[in-house]
Amino acid sequence: MTDSHPPATLEARELTCIRDDRALFTDLSFRLGPAQVLLIEGRNGSGKTSLLRILCGIRMPDTGTITWNGGDIYRLATGYNASTAYIGHKDGIKLELTAEENLNFARSLGSPSDIRLSEALEQMELGGYDDIQAINLSAGQKRRLALARLLVTRSTLWILDEPFTSLDTHGIAMVEDLITNHLAKGGMLAVTSHHPVNLGNADITRINLSERSA
Amino acid sequence: MTTANLSQAFMILLRRDLTLAYRRRSEMINPLLFFVLVTALFPLGIGADPTLLREVGPGIIWVAALLAALLSLDTIFRSDFDDGSLEQLLLSPHPLSILMIAKVFAHWLITGLPLLVVAPLLGVLLDLPGAAIRTLLITLALGTPVLSLIGTIGVALTVGLRKGGMILSLLVLPLYIPVLIFAANAVATSGAGLPVEAHLSLLTALLVLAVSLSPAATAAALRISLS
Repeated sequence: MTDSHPPATLEARELTCIRDDRALFTDLSFRLGPAQVLLIEGRNGSGKTSLLRILCGIRMPDTGTITWNGGDIYRLATGYNASTAYIGHKDGIKLELTAEENLNFARSLGSPSDIRLSEALEQMELGGYDDIQAINLSAGQKRRLALARLLVTRSTLWILDEPFTSLDTHGIAMVEDLITNHLAKGGMLAVTSHHPVNLGNADITRINLSERSA
Repeated sequence: MTTANLSQAFMILLRRDLTLAYRRRSEMINPLLFFVLVTALFPLGIGADPTLLREVGPGIIWVAALLAALLSLDTIFRSDFDDGSLEQLLLSPHPLSILMIAKVFAHWLITGLPLLVVAPLLGVLLDLPGAAIRTLLITLALGTPVLSLIGTIGVALTVGLRKGGMILSLLVLPLYIPVLIFAANAVATSGAGLPVEAHLSLLTALLVLAVSLSPAATAAALRISLS
């Protein structure tokens, strides 16, 4: 957990996203370096999730390029995936699997970190739930289990879509700590949130998609 | 990414899908039940004349197997798509086509293999001769994986649609026809005491073709569906 991330840059140039004949955003450019945060704001339907999905490579931008350390992310493909972690609207956990099985699967599927599964669960205050099927967890606990994936894989860029959904104030503080730790190790973060995000004196770039839409 | 990691990811995905199937086994039993019921109802519907049954038996069993396979297809990605696990698979640093082989293999173990287990009983039910039952088993062993592999491409294309069931059938059924023709014909031919090597070679060729092409096609189709 003490090792730091290799320095990396994510650069987006003139991104455009069109959905149902409507331009969600046009000519969007930004640059993200180590320990920096991209905070994406905007009203519902302004394209925040679309932008995050473009950033993680699930969706193609209609125009523009995204480069990771100078290489196009679609060309890097799995190489880029190895350095990113995405937590979307959907938790991506299997309700019929136990908390530990879920995490173990997530770890083997990504680039595993050294942390033990039980440590990761304890850090998200899910200790003791390791052999409980996820269907029996509360919404907030499921969200924390999804976020625990960030701990068990070694990803430089975290892409989080509304990470604070269904978390209580304590849970929010916990995730903010998690993020601050990640940034301290040279990690990067792209995040959307309706909640005010308190990350201390982190280097935050703000993009407001509502103000940009045509 | 090292090979050891990839094989580990393959195994854990396979094991995860089998565990999930075991934990929701009531859903998984449906295609098998369908297969058995359809075949068992035919003698009641068309009369229990042994010569007639022997003649139509291979076709009935194979059509039922094909429809059972079609019925079970949707489960391969549905829950993964609904809970967001599919996105995570797509974003894995491992090659998606290899992971797809694990998914299809697990799906075949859950839905295809049980058909093989009950097929001899259904063969006896329809009064097929011993040689035909042996051939039936071989054709099912070669044919059902092809059905799973081809079907997965169709499911990958339609998983994002809300009502993809009809389109899925239209997409996949024409591609199932060669398997049905060669397999049912092989069983009937061997029942008549004739050699079936040619049929089996063709089925094997279809299997090899499906194994080598389908995972890449499925991976590409999924990327389109989720974008």
